[in-house]
Amino acid sequence: MKLTLGPVLYYWSREQLIDFYQEVANWPISCVYLGETVCSKRRSLTIDDWMNIADTLSLAGKEVVLSTLALLEAESELLTLRRICNNAQFLVEANDLGAIQILSTQGLPYVAGPTVNIYNPRTLEVLKKQGLQRWVLPVELSKTALESMQKQRPKGVETEVLAFGRLPLAYSARCFTARSRNLPKDSCQYCCLDYPDGRVLETRDNTPFLVLNGIQTLSAHPINLLSQLQTLQDLQVDMLRISPQPSHTKEIVQAFADCLAGHADPQAKAVDLESFAPLGVCDGYWHGEPGMTKLIAK
Amino acid sequence: MELVCPAGNLPSLKAAVDNGANAVYMGLKDATNARHFPGLNFDRTKAIQGIEYAKTRGVKVFMAINTYPQATNWSNWQTAVDIAAGLGVDALILADIGVLDYVTERWPQLSLHLSVQASATNYEALSFYHKNFGIKRAVLPRVLSLAQVQHICSHSPVAIEVFGFGSLCVMVEGRCLLSSYATGQSPNTYGACSPAEWVEWKETPNGLESRLNGVLTDRYADTEEAGYPTLCKGRYQVGDATYYAIEEPTSLNTLELLPNLIDMGVVAIKIEGRQRSPAYVAQVTKVWRQALDACQANPTKYKVQSSWTQALAKVAEGAQTTLGAYARPWQ
Repeated sequence: MKLTLGPVLYYWSREQLIDFYQEVANWPISCVYLGETVCSKRRSLTIDDWMNIADTLSLAGKEVVLSTLALLEAESELLTLRRICNNAQFLVEANDLGAIQILSTQGLPYVAGPTVNIYNPRTLEVLKKQGLQRWVLPVELSKTALESMQKQRPKGVETEVLAFGRLPLAYSARCFTARSRNLPKDSCQYCCLDYPDGRVLETRDNTPFLVLNGIQTLSAHPINLLSQLQTLQDLQVDMLRISPQPSHTKEIVQAFADCLAGHADPQAKAVDLESFAPLGVCDGYWHGEPGMTKLIAK
Repeated sequence: MELVCPAGNLPSLKAAVDNGANAVYMGLKDATNARHFPGLNFDRTKAIQGIEYAKTRGVKVFMAINTYPQATNWSNWQTAVDIAAGLGVDALILADIGVLDYVTERWPQLSLHLSVQASATNYEALSFYHKNFGIKRAVLPRVLSLAQVQHICSHSPVAIEVFGFGSLCVMVEGRCLLSSYATGQSPNTYGACSPAEWVEWKETPNGLESRLNGVLTDRYADTEEAGYPTLCKGRYQVGDATYYAIEEPTSLNTLELLPNLIDMGVVAIKIEGRQRSPAYVAQVTKVWRQALDACQANPTKYKVQSSWTQALAKVAEGAQTTLGAYARPWQ
């Protein structure tokens, strides 16, 4: 199994992004997903900037995949999407059927990201015929669902699973971060920049529940599947995704890498990783339970 | 413009037909449709009766099979499709690519509509479904502005249907997992959002509390009216504020946009609410029939009648209505 680094879901400043990817070049990770997937108003980096980072990481031996928006509405967003799809150098992660249409029409291979609803083997088969090279398991599906998919997986298709990070749960036309600041969305003042780790939403009994990240809603608790490494290997998963967070992403990547290399015990390391998730972790979806629950430690 | 109304059961279907629907949409009694609620929907016998009732009165019937099967329960969706094909419905409303592929292969003569649950918000996505499965119509998610709907209409390879009235999903349909995050059951996997079996009401010293599988969705003072604890419509704490952090409990109402929607070539307007009562269906269908007739007869003189607004406000969730994303200036 290889390790991948998912796209940065939050709105980080230009400096933060550039510094982050400079470090990533030296991390024990095989594949890096780059680009904006949440909001087209976030423009810390231009496409050319992203391409420069892609070149640097590629030279450092990483496979680079360019990620695209999950919610495509405006023509300007489609124009950017077409530019990314036609980059002629790197594989593209489609997070919407619009991207798959553009890529498949040109006979280009692609990764189907977690917001492409691939819930059954027949869907996988259809998309394989349309150029699918790799798919990411939708976050609400369980290991039982994955097992069935793996048994009927078309030859040559790789499977990727989100193994650590907050779960992307929903997308909206509304910007919840702007709303939380009493700002209208059309003059949001780019306030997501003030929350590089999103804005925690608590229930009225002070329990962290969700995280607001612009138009995206995430789980407050990241999923942590490190303890499931053996099962993931047995299921012939090809890649494990780690979703970036503003701090400790390096340590999280290192823990997974050490366990994969057989230098550390996944059970023990999984517990260590919880210190990087101060609100707690979850793994319910993996076990076919409500996503927010945590079962492994029980 | 076609008026497409909800038929959660036979009495609702009759209410829709009798009050002027051009088409009704229904689902079967299982997780294959996005309103998989207890006591709702049709078995084969009731479906035959409903289809007979509608068709003899010149009203079309659509069958929604618009959730996402997995390998372990695939056969339920296949059975639903086969039943619907045998019933002679006018169109299937589908979301899952695998199901679309099955229907295209097994029942190529069936007319297909793309469900709102397929999350198609741009014409490139619509082109994908048109190219691969020959869909004839698509229902757009309730996240697009009026200008964006217009842009899609002028570039889409298929006819466009939009939501006109009913409960408002503020999230892109088909891509919201909040319900399964809390309960294990989502619209995609189970055909229900924030299912009733997980709801718990409790009087406490802090007020009446509503919980969904233990998650506190809201707390009501004596003077406040409590709403159904749909996760996105609760009050939460962000920073120092406690408020409807995601969405107020309001209904979508686009009566005033009718001339624009007709002008841009939207072919059908959908009324949400298969889970609502026959009285709701009758009331909403009646008002929308009057509005559509008035607008189509004389679009320049069309004006929303206050009697329509009042009648709809009575049945709206939270007794408030909104234009939702349609009125959004920003892209």
